Amino acid sequence: MHKYASPKIFYPFAGKLLPWLAALTAVLLVTGIYLGLFVAPPDYQQGDTVRIMFIHVPAAWMSMFIYVVMAAAGAIALSWQVKLAEVLASACAPIGASFTLLALVSGSLWGKPMWGTWWAWDARLTSELILLFLYLGFMALQASIEDPRRAARACAILALVGVVNIPIIHFSVEWWNTLHQAASVSKLGKPSIHIDILIPLLVMFGAFKAFFATTVLMRMRNELLERERETQWVAQVVEQDK
Amino acid sequence: MIDVVNLSCARGDRTLFRELSFRVQAGELLHITGANGAGKTTLLRTLCGLTRPIEGEIRWDGTDIRTHGDDYRMRFLYVGHLNGVQGELTPPENLRATAELTDTADATRIESALTRLSLDAYHDFPAKILSQGQKRRLALARLLVRERPLWVLDEPLAALDVQSIETITDILAEHLERGGMAILTSHQALDFGAGNVRHLSLED
Amino acid sequence: MAALAHAITCIVRRDVTVAWRRVHDVVLPLVFFAIVTSLFPLGVGPEPNLLRELAPGVLWVAALLATMLSLNRLFANDYADGTLELLALAPHPLSVLAIAKVASHWLLTGLPLVLMAPLLALSLNLPDKALATLLYSLLLGTPVLSLIGAIGAALTLGLRGGGVLMSALVLPLYTPVLIFGAGAVAQAANGQSAEAHLSVLAAFLALALTLAPWATAAALRVSLD
Repeated sequence: MHKYASPKIFYPFAGKLLPWLAALTAVLLVTGIYLGLFVAPPDYQQGDTVRIMFIHVPAAWMSMFIYVVMAAAGAIALSWQVKLAEVLASACAPIGASFTLLALVSGSLWGKPMWGTWWAWDARLTSELILLFLYLGFMALQASIEDPRRAARACAILALVGVVNIPIIHFSVEWWNTLHQAASVSKLGKPSIHIDILIPLLVMFGAFKAFFATTVLMRMRNELLERERETQWVAQVVEQDK
Repeated sequence: MIDVVNLSCARGDRTLFRELSFRVQAGELLHITGANGAGKTTLLRTLCGLTRPIEGEIRWDGTDIRTHGDDYRMRFLYVGHLNGVQGELTPPENLRATAELTDTADATRIESALTRLSLDAYHDFPAKILSQGQKRRLALARLLVRERPLWVLDEPLAALDVQSIETITDILAEHLERGGMAILTSHQALDFGAGNVRHLSLED
Repeated sequence: MAALAHAITCIVRRDVTVAWRRVHDVVLPLVFFAIVTSLFPLGVGPEPNLLRELAPGVLWVAALLATMLSLNRLFANDYADGTLELLALAPHPLSVLAIAKVASHWLLTGLPLVLMAPLLALSLNLPDKALATLLYSLLLGTPVLSLIGAIGAALTLGLRGGGVLMSALVLPLYTPVLIFGAGAVAQAANGQSAEAHLSVLAAFLALALTLAPWATAAALRVSLD
């Protein structure tokens, strides 16, 4: 395991994994979308609009999962000064933010037929919105610090503070929502879980996970090239690519 | 006695120096030289524990400073690039505020420190009216308020006039005679006469 | 232990002395608090019932923003003149010394905000029965805002765009405090018990007192590196 923490070894190793991960992503994505659009039955209450759930629910889950990965990588980087962990944390942020945005947009589209408006302060959407702000803050902090090591350490602290706060924010927003719930606004209801719905959902979960793995490795490789640009192994890579 | 063993430091992704080793003992002054950007300030700040090295150890009396923890910070005084002078406080208030972070401050020592560094005239004025050189003297006055074996000084003579440079050099010599140690950087040559002065260049 | 307590009192005394000599620094956030609160009637109209509805939220948001504004005073000046470094070099845990600074900051900013709030609440027609809850909620909440804000302030030391960046980092973290703080006042305004809300705020305070000092000290060390 230690061996792979070296940027020099990780770079080609990730390079070998990438085509397979990309292929896996494509396969799972196509399968999931096909199943979600054509095979899963429409909901007896919401009709066909429920199909957007196959995007919204996995996207929301990924947005949380990636934040936790980011915070864990940050913790490792902070404790043991592992450059690979720093690069992982930094690579996660834009991907996590994108999934959060996807969750928000798909949530909004899902809710429009129900609410009649493009946005409602539903508990989950509000939590996702705050999560988006946390991601954007992370990215802004990183961009503002020139020294990459200092940036990684500062962002790690921010991510750890964020990860502690996320459950608190969820709990608070739930409470707030139940208090202020107007009768007309209903939650983005999850339809009853049925095997025909579960399979496409799981496939989409897998597809998004594979997508995350693919993109994060790509971003990590790029960032490693930049941060290690003064080393020999990078010079060799650049030579080979010519 | 302070030991530096195989110290490597970096700034961002750029390594400044690798595997630096040296020792400073009682009565010795180590003058660190090197071009701008060679890592002199980083080295001093690493000695104080403000910056983390990439590898290597710093030992105080044989034990790693990380094991010493809070205790190590009782062993040295640091005067860096910034003066650590708060503009709204008067010189004696400034000295007392810093000294009291460790223990109750001795009022007589504060007064004599100010006199020694020719700051008596500004005794009751807020430090913000002091000139650059005067603020530097106020920063260096800290060295006289507390007894500490090791002095870590970054360009202590910057912005000082000839008279003040003489005063500081005298103060340093007295410190060394009492068995103290000093590690400092200075673009100016230091003229001691007595005392054990060594040089270390960061160029290699 | 005694030396640590001594150091803490020294820090608080020094900060209060400095603030006393730069009173405008301390008064400004309070003026801001008053201005922001007055903007709302100007924006939504002076209809008394509407203002009464909005009062808990408006007061809390204004207090939050005023605290935000005052946070740049917490570490930035000390960072610039080198005094912060000396704190990090003191033979005491930096987390405790950081708390001392947050404490003096709260005494100079948070506490005055709390005392000012009832006056501004009257201008927004907040019912009298909610005033006590307003005080309690702010008394519990503003220290949490200072503690969390300290982390943001420590992370953004010396960075360009510091103030706005700090706000972007810290405001999302403030949402739970806002929800329960404003919620408590709204409950009281409706004649209901705000005990649950205030208990949650107290829990937040306990949590912040335990975790924020560590994060603040870690962030300070990163900025001083």
